[in-house]
Amino acid sequence: MSDTVRRRGRVGYLLLLPAALWLLVFFVVPLYSLVATSLFDPAGSDFRGYEMSYAFGNYGDVVRDYAGPFGRSLMYGALATLFCLVLGYVLAYAIAFKAGRWKNLMLVLVIAPFFTSFLVRTLSWKLILADDGFVVNTLQTLQVLGDDGRLLATPIAVVAGLTYNFLPFMVLPLYASLDKIDPRLIEASGDLYAHPVVGFFKVTWPLSLPGVVSGTLLTFIPSVGDYINAQFLGSTNERVIGNVIQAQFTDANNYPVASALSVLLMVIILAMVLVYVRRAGTEELL
Amino acid sequence: MRWVKERLVLALGLLVLVYTFVPIFIVVAMSFNNPGGRNVYQFGSFTWDNWKDPCGPDDLCSTLLTSIQISLLATLVATLLGTLAAFALVRHDFTGRSASNLLIFLPMAAPEIVLGSSLLALFVASGFAGQLGFWTIFIAHVMFCLSFVVVTVRARLAGMDDDLEQAAMDLYATPGQTFWRVTFPLVLPGILGAALLSFSLSFDDFIVTNLNSGNTTTFPMYVYGQERVGVPMQVNVVGTLMFLVSIAIVVGMELRSRRRAPA
Repeated sequence: MSDTVRRRGRVGYLLLLPAALWLLVFFVVPLYSLVATSLFDPAGSDFRGYEMSYAFGNYGDVVRDYAGPFGRSLMYGALATLFCLVLGYVLAYAIAFKAGRWKNLMLVLVIAPFFTSFLVRTLSWKLILADDGFVVNTLQTLQVLGDDGRLLATPIAVVAGLTYNFLPFMVLPLYASLDKIDPRLIEASGDLYAHPVVGFFKVTWPLSLPGVVSGTLLTFIPSVGDYINAQFLGSTNERVIGNVIQAQFTDANNYPVASALSVLLMVIILAMVLVYVRRAGTEELL
Repeated sequence: MRWVKERLVLALGLLVLVYTFVPIFIVVAMSFNNPGGRNVYQFGSFTWDNWKDPCGPDDLCSTLLTSIQISLLATLVATLLGTLAAFALVRHDFTGRSASNLLIFLPMAAPEIVLGSSLLALFVASGFAGQLGFWTIFIAHVMFCLSFVVVTVRARLAGMDDDLEQAAMDLYATPGQTFWRVTFPLVLPGILGAALLSFSLSFDDFIVTNLNSGNTTTFPMYVYGQERVGVPMQVNVVGTLMFLVSIAIVVGMELRSRRRAPA
């Protein structure tokens, strides 16, 4: 990259302009529009009948009414991210250090299942976790699950689905980080009589932190906003925030409240991401 | 014992990999399922019927066609705009470069539901609420695919030395010749990869699409709508075909790049 000569001049602007305009008009302006809509008075809730009223009250109402779905979404997202980190780290580590000449094949295999429709794959978890299915029966035999215990329509199923769906978002950045590590550094720690476990935590793990940070962000953000898994695999009584926003927009046509929910979700996620990135302290994000 | 230790991590990794394939096996198996009873989420008996008649259920193939049309068009536009932007960001220097990088990064960091709802808020505010459909879905898909295209092509460009281009120039190639005969073929795998990613993101999107679709129905929306009554088994045929086609494309691209670069 350092060898590349960068040219100054107008050509750069012209090349960038179409994409930048598209994002300005269809990403930045909509965000402004979302914030503006969230300040409308829901009482005037007809299609065009909104009054700009700076109704900050929407935010208060939304926090009061939907704290449950907010908390649930954040918890599902956090758990799924944690499981993705554990599973993804093992897989990325195996590919980076143990796969040898099968490296490329394994990388392709990581992404391959995800070319099949997201919704169709998620539906197949309904069969895997079905009440008299193999998984539930085995868990019942092992007494992990009570005789009338179930997985489908429980938070466990939702977290399982999320973990599965967002795993590649964790594996790929982790792999990119791990693959850059010089194996000689790990050998050196062994030569200095560090136990492999100590070597892992003192050498490998710190060097893989950039991957851990971008992997957790890429997993956490979409899994908090997702509602397909909750809809297909969870219980109908335990709605997540994405579901609520969707319903407020399309079923209730309550645009001010829906917008306030959406803005709040983004603010919460941004705040969490900022705190997390600061604490993890990696500068080379993406 | 040492032997086991050495291979333990690899074995665990393979186990995770197998786990990611379990749902695929289920989808393939279900494409041959004759559910018999009312519960379509159970395997009844084996049948070829779903494969013989994939367009049997109402709307399945028409929504599939809508999805393919939107994804092709969105991929074309996003890949074109994104590739131009990637060249600008890697090869050109101008004020506002870091701001542009931020603008491109942000859509990837926002949850889909926020992207979708903000676009809907804009369409409603500007009086387009009645015109939601094919074109609003297309606009939304280009918007979220664009960033991924830029990032993918930018990575390819940044990882590429410009020695070969310098050499072409030294040999008196014109800038146009240098671009089309040296630069472009070298970046092409990155562009194709970006297009593939963009197509699958667009084709698979539910959350953003559902908010901005009006009366238009895409394949993911069809599946979502059928979930309550039990999806027709042909949906699994489509899932299986999508898997096979994308594997074929990836293998084809891999073989092509191997033949081109025997080193």
